[in-house]
Amino acid sequence: MRYLPLTDADRREMLAKIGARSIDELFRDVPQAARLGGKIAGLPDHAGELEVERAFQAYAAKNVSPGSAPFFIGAGAYRHHVPATVDYLIQRGEFLTSYTPYQPEITQGTLQYLFEFQTQVTLLTGMEVANASMYDGSTGAAEAVLMANRVTRRHKALISGGLHPQYRSIIETTAKWEGYRAVVGRPDVDGLEDLIAAIDKETSCVVVQNPSFFGHVRDFGKLAEACHAAGALMIVVVTEVVSLGLIRPPGDMGADIVVCEGQSLGNGLGFGGPYVGLFATREKYMRQMPGRLCGETVDADGKRGFVLTLSTREQHIRREKATSNICTNAGLCALAFTVHLALLGEAGFRRLAELNHARASRLADKVASVPGVQLMNDSFFNEFTVRLPKPAAPVVEALAARRILGGLPVSRLLPDDRSAANLLLLAATETATDAGMDTLVAGLKEVL
Amino acid sequence: MAPSQDRSQGRTGGVGPVGAPAATTFTGNKALQIEEPLIFEMGQPGRCGVDLPDPLQEGPPKVKDRLNGLRRSGEIGLPGLSEPQVVQHYTRLSQKNYAIDMGVYPLGSCTMKHNPRINEKVARLAGIGDLHPLQPVSTVQGALALIDALAHWLKTLTGMPAVAMSPAAGAHGEMCGMMAIAAALEAKGQRAARKIVLAPESAHGTNPATAAALGFTVKPIPANERGRVDLAALKAALGPDVAAIMLTNPNTCGLFESEIIEISKAVHEAGAYFYCDGANFNAIVGRVRPGDLGVDCMHINLHKTFSTPHGGGGPGAGPVVLSEALAPYAPYPWIVRNGDQWTVAEDGAKVDGQPLGRLKAFHGQMGMFTRALAYIMSHGADGLKQAAEDAVLSANYVMASLKDVMTPSFEGPCMHEALFDDGFLKDTGISTLDFAKAMIDEGYHPMTMYFPLVVHGALLIEPTESQAREDLDLFIATLRSLAERAKSGSAAEEFKAAPRYAPRRRLDETLAARKPVLRWRPSNVFKQAAE
Repeated sequence: MRYLPLTDADRREMLAKIGARSIDELFRDVPQAARLGGKIAGLPDHAGELEVERAFQAYAAKNVSPGSAPFFIGAGAYRHHVPATVDYLIQRGEFLTSYTPYQPEITQGTLQYLFEFQTQVTLLTGMEVANASMYDGSTGAAEAVLMANRVTRRHKALISGGLHPQYRSIIETTAKWEGYRAVVGRPDVDGLEDLIAAIDKETSCVVVQNPSFFGHVRDFGKLAEACHAAGALMIVVVTEVVSLGLIRPPGDMGADIVVCEGQSLGNGLGFGGPYVGLFATREKYMRQMPGRLCGETVDADGKRGFVLTLSTREQHIRREKATSNICTNAGLCALAFTVHLALLGEAGFRRLAELNHARASRLADKVASVPGVQLMNDSFFNEFTVRLPKPAAPVVEALAARRILGGLPVSRLLPDDRSAANLLLLAATETATDAGMDTLVAGLKEVL
Repeated sequence: MAPSQDRSQGRTGGVGPVGAPAATTFTGNKALQIEEPLIFEMGQPGRCGVDLPDPLQEGPPKVKDRLNGLRRSGEIGLPGLSEPQVVQHYTRLSQKNYAIDMGVYPLGSCTMKHNPRINEKVARLAGIGDLHPLQPVSTVQGALALIDALAHWLKTLTGMPAVAMSPAAGAHGEMCGMMAIAAALEAKGQRAARKIVLAPESAHGTNPATAAALGFTVKPIPANERGRVDLAALKAALGPDVAAIMLTNPNTCGLFESEIIEISKAVHEAGAYFYCDGANFNAIVGRVRPGDLGVDCMHINLHKTFSTPHGGGGPGAGPVVLSEALAPYAPYPWIVRNGDQWTVAEDGAKVDGQPLGRLKAFHGQMGMFTRALAYIMSHGADGLKQAAEDAVLSANYVMASLKDVMTPSFEGPCMHEALFDDGFLKDTGISTLDFAKAMIDEGYHPMTMYFPLVVHGALLIEPTESQAREDLDLFIATLRSLAERAKSGSAAEEFKAAPRYAPRRRLDETLAARKPVLRWRPSNVFKQAAE
């Protein structure tokens, strides 16, 4: 087997050094009843690289690649062009095959990019401190609620109906099993929801999304004031991080915690993961943050260097008193994010955001011209909702049969909400072409 | 002062130089070790590493924008860099990292094994790496089949009937498994009564952290003199108030829990559940099925046992295999197979059982599933078993080769990792930390230090199956040399000054924690803040 360097001669000599007659002797602590005799039945033996690659090509052939079809799906995962440089750099073995920088003297590469990542996240979100990444935006949102509960010592979270339904579902799951209340608003299709009246003295936090799941762009300044007056925190979730190139950042609206899904920068769609969660807050809440933090220091020669720090919050030190059980972060996905954003820089990031908005505006105008299609948004970034004259799920299937990936039927994520049946969520990034949009419009005219 | 130090945001001073000053160069560089600024110190306005079309090339839009008056004003503050600058910067940073690709990486409990590149290639295939998670299921049949194929392997290798694929990492898998246990207790009306979770003192920190997050009280179980769970103490602790035991097997001392069947029997007789931390599954793949040990749930770190790259600390993936008793509570989503068609059960789907909810958006860490499946198919049933045996053989070889100069904590044989304590450093003035730092100068990443907590000054070595015999021999000879030098009585200063040849010498972690600097700021702003 090509990955295993030991030869049979090595194995014999090593057993002799150990003083064991056979490998079985090394497994003698395994109870007799649990020892497997031969091989596990029903599983094939090893395969060469060519065979493995063929098997995966066969899997790939049974899917429709977004690159091969007009594509307009978003809903928390966005198709962007990732420069070739990103994927080349993250595949350098020194990054790819290193681990958590427990020995900082020989992992300054990882630590410095995490420090750069944390700085980029604070700049985009308009916040003061950020951690070295979470698993993804969805799990980060649930961690933010737990953090708000710790900070306020309260146990009731208000969840906007504009939050991504799966994010909401994760918060409800942690609420159920970790023991707090999650009060959830109705799906905010029109973007007119007002949560201020629902805040009371038990509220630990209000969780909103900008742009919302349905695409609306909102100013949460007044909501932040109301939260703070009641002693609650405002958590702003951003599922499309590119929007921060064009829209006023949550920090400027008074957010206390900002959680973003960072997939759009550097990371491909990947069928949903791994992605990278961005987590930022105010300096005064720094010690209540979950996850790893990278900090600047000096070495014994006085040279600048970086280390993991404030680890007394974390499970490996604090055990049952830790702020979170999290150990792993999304290191390599954070590197992809950081490299992509370094390539873009100020000018590139802003232009990318403008381009996304322009493409989506064009799509909105085209789609709204289809008879019976109603645009639900006055405002949006690169994604918006339309109401169709009939249920959206079969429409999307009919489009798929024409090899058009024509958005997300909202009913897939809100199956119990009858009012969502005709809603279609459409996204257009810089990858959307006029020809693709025209194909979608023609397809819609056919199937509606 | 070298140019690089001019950018140090006022953080000079610190602990100050130690020992004789190193030879200096004009740049501060040392041949291939390049002093590298932060990107924020390199940028120039007007530089950009991408070429994007002008958004206005199609002519001005009908309306200026549709941003509800919320256009961002002012600079974001991102530096402008060209593509070659970005390539050079991150290439130079990469050269400051140790990695599996460079050699022995013996971090105990982390399973730093070879990361095959075919896995990277197949994860990036068009039609796999670029799929959207919410495409119509008719357009992702291959992706769902792939997840189902990996699920089949995981269930078969562990002898368990069900698996929840979505957890993003080991600790997330623990959360999933313990939530399933809470859900099962709730269904039986026992959730309020069973509030205690038992965990050995040697457990990973994530175990007590997970249990505590779910409102359980963690009660430690002592180890016996053989480094295993003290069965009598466990039986005494079991009762109608116990929800579960969380046990790592092989345990964090690198030992197989030889009374595991008695343990699981006692746990089940007391009406509690058996959570197994599967971090060390690599030692037993193909030789032991956790299902045969009475396990109710176990997470599998795909980034350990199944070689998905550690990536500087993530991403991971932590699928959880579940027993018949816990399978009904598995979280959304899961893959449903109907002949040669696959669908996904998502939130709200009408299903048997009582799903505990959802833990992660979409379908889990697909990119890790792809890599793990490629690794598993490459090894096959025969290769996986051989890998486990070679990992155990290599750890025992290290143990046998060092036991006369270092101090093994327990009688052998061990499983996939060899645990030593700092007994051999007694009265030398040299600590486990000093010993580890001296390994860095010899070109090795140190072993896991000070974990598990049950032995003094722990040094936990996991060589994995990926190292050639001659590389193990050089590693062993190096550790023997270091141990002998340490014990010579005259080397304390030398060990305390290590590492001397790494890109950085010892870093002042106290300073970092006392005055946290977690982001770059223009230095004048920083200096004011620091003073």
